Amino acid sequence: MGFFQDAFIYLLAAVVAVTASHRLGLGSVLGYLFAGIAIGPVLGYVGGSETESVKHFAEFGVVIMLFLIGLELEPQMIWRMRWQLLGLGGLQVVLTTAALTAAVMAIGFSWQAALVIGMTLALSSTAIVLQTLNEKGWMRSRGGQSSFSVLLFQDIAVIPMLAILPLLAVGAPVPVDGTAAAGAHGNILDGFPGWFQTLVIVATIAAIILAGRFLVRPAFRLIAAARMRELFTAAALLIVVSTALLMDLVGVSAALGAFLAGVVLSTSEYRHAIESDIDPFKGLLLGLFFISVGAGIDFGLLFSEFFLIIGIALGIILVKSLVLLALAGIFRLPWQDTWMFGLGLAQSGEFAFVLFGFAGSSGALAGSLVEILILAVSFTMLLTPLLFILFERYVVPRTVSSVSRPADEIPEPGTVVIAGVGRVGQIIARLMMAEGYKIVVLDHDPNLVDRMRQTGVHSYYGDATRPDLLEAAGLAEAQVFVAALDDQNQQTAMVRHVAEHYPKCRIVARAYDRHHLYELEKAGAHAIEREAFEGALSLGKRTLRELGLHPFRAEQKVRAFRRHDMQTVDVLRDYWTGGMGKKYLNAVRERLDELMQVMRSDRIAGRNMPDREWTPPPADDSER
Amino acid sequence: MAHVLVLFAHPRTDRSVANTALVAAARAMEGVELIDLYGEYPDFDIDIDREQQRLIAADCVVLQHPVYWYSCPALMKEWQDLVLEYDFAYGSEGTALVDKPLLQIATCGTAREAYRKKGKYENELRTLFSPFEQTAKFCGMRYLAPFGVFSAEDAAEEGRLDAIVADYRRLLSALRDGTLDLEKAEAAVLLNDALDEAIASEAAAE
Repeated sequence: MGFFQDAFIYLLAAVVAVTASHRLGLGSVLGYLFAGIAIGPVLGYVGGSETESVKHFAEFGVVIMLFLIGLELEPQMIWRMRWQLLGLGGLQVVLTTAALTAAVMAIGFSWQAALVIGMTLALSSTAIVLQTLNEKGWMRSRGGQSSFSVLLFQDIAVIPMLAILPLLAVGAPVPVDGTAAAGAHGNILDGFPGWFQTLVIVATIAAIILAGRFLVRPAFRLIAAARMRELFTAAALLIVVSTALLMDLVGVSAALGAFLAGVVLSTSEYRHAIESDIDPFKGLLLGLFFISVGAGIDFGLLFSEFFLIIGIALGIILVKSLVLLALAGIFRLPWQDTWMFGLGLAQSGEFAFVLFGFAGSSGALAGSLVEILILAVSFTMLLTPLLFILFERYVVPRTVSSVSRPADEIPEPGTVVIAGVGRVGQIIARLMMAEGYKIVVLDHDPNLVDRMRQTGVHSYYGDATRPDLLEAAGLAEAQVFVAALDDQNQQTAMVRHVAEHYPKCRIVARAYDRHHLYELEKAGAHAIEREAFEGALSLGKRTLRELGLHPFRAEQKVRAFRRHDMQTVDVLRDYWTGGMGKKYLNAVRERLDELMQVMRSDRIAGRNMPDREWTPPPADDSER
Repeated sequence: MAHVLVLFAHPRTDRSVANTALVAAARAMEGVELIDLYGEYPDFDIDIDREQQRLIAADCVVLQHPVYWYSCPALMKEWQDLVLEYDFAYGSEGTALVDKPLLQIATCGTAREAYRKKGKYENELRTLFSPFEQTAKFCGMRYLAPFGVFSAEDAAEEGRLDAIVADYRRLLSALRDGTLDLEKAEAAVLLNDALDEAIASEAAAE
């Protein structure tokens, strides 16, 4: 099969299945899984061995996802989550492992085999759960946060699991020692003593943190200065790949390494730009991953052992759900969050493919058993979107009243997002800062962003016209959006986008000239100023004063001029049709003539004066 | 129903509990139009034509402001200087305001007692406001005795605010409905003291 043919089949299946499942309100994950089933077992297009290699490639999607999650989590946030992480996550892994191990032992397996199965199945699917939580917008709820804590803890727990797996391989042909675990990963620490390995791992983590702090920023500055977007994307991907590679080399989960790199970069000014550049890769690779899970389902085995496999899958879900629901009770999650947590994490995850595969090769489990277990795990993953649908249909509607109140997250009030911090945006940013408003600043010039950062402003590098970056900057919660870009067309397009997608946000815009002002009005800006207008009037006033006019006379003249010009803007709006027609030009000429008259009629007294002021009644008035 | 125009000038309404309450009350009243001058002309660049049109449309005019140095805040003085033009408000052809009542409502920091001949300020509010009275008369208007909100800063704390707002509302609706005895209101020194008399007698006459 040629590359194009492959790509065609995968993409076609994904586009068709995901669109259909989205239409039916089933979410993207189920769509991908069915796409996989369609091209794998049903049409027989891809076979078992191919799915393995595809899966390996697609696991990179999980790595990228964890990098992105890390990017959104600032270190203080993780610190605040530490009890949830250790308490909820730790208890979930320990209790579920214990329960599943006991269940497997009850069927008659040795405790070693039972433990391998138990701890592997205790892990949930980061890919499916987080993808769904993000898609539904549940990530910020307590249920979502708790789920995330558990998943993160599970990712960490994989490391010791890999280490003890070989110890549990009873009567296996493989030599039983701790380092063999890492051997499956082909890491460079084979044969070294345990303490040395630990030391290397700690050193690697420290290196990642230090590099993220001191190396990546200046590197990104150079890259950003080149103003080539694809170069920036490549650099961002390079960071993910290199940390994943490094962690893999020392035998630690690549996803965990990527997560760490993400956290380190979460406080950098390039965060939003990196995020939006990498996000599409995550989506596609994760999709590929789900497809490979679907394609990997062995229907032959499934039909021959149908009840056994379904039984195991349902058993896994039942045991895991019960443990999760009990934990949710202990941690006092609200009703709806309890169910989201309890049903959402009930599947076994992608780590099972790795761990079972490894357990099979190391002799900890028999090969035929491994196949059945992997199929059962795939099945639990396949059932997860259905469980989420169950949750949405039956739990959410019943808890509407209790949900709408506590779930109402109050966005930080008075937030101002400023796009463009050149000559105009900078002054606005300083004024808002001085007034104590929370501001977020976006610009595509790395030097400007750097300078703003030095003054303590939340500044991010990136093209502010990109919808994803605007979203990342928090426009959904912003009270006012200040559009202060140089480029007229980009400015108008950006304003139009914001007006359409964030109707609650007030838009203040800088216009190039009167035509641009009309364009911005049409695009939906609420308050518009011509960027050079007030500055020019000030200079005009200074000129009048240099010509010998009394400062207040100069002030009055300028006010009269400004008033007339504002009226002109109003009058000409009706003649403006997107360009300058003949009528428009005539109207401009008329207004100009009028201005001459108005400004020069200085000697006319009273009400006909343009710059009216207090005047005594004329001497010839009869009533005087 | 007469159209009552309230011209309100306070540079920091957010700090004035009394004025905030009064403004809200006025805004809720039918037939009463309240203009926040500092809100409309933050740069003191008053639109003279618009203000004159408003005066023409009004049947009676209320100037509402805090007492700053025994007078009004600067913008209201600027408003007088610019809007009350020759040939509009005065002069042989300036008859726009003739016979329209002008009422001044002033919020004061001190107690009523300070505004007496033997009080701290040695003058009645009406005496201190004589430039307003003269201006009104020069424009042919009927100047009513001013209505004072005394010790305005403590009004809410001392529980007087509700009564003040009620009086204020009664006064504005009497102006609007034509139930205020203008002669009695003109004759009084302080409208607060003549309120019951000026409104009740008119109502009884109906």
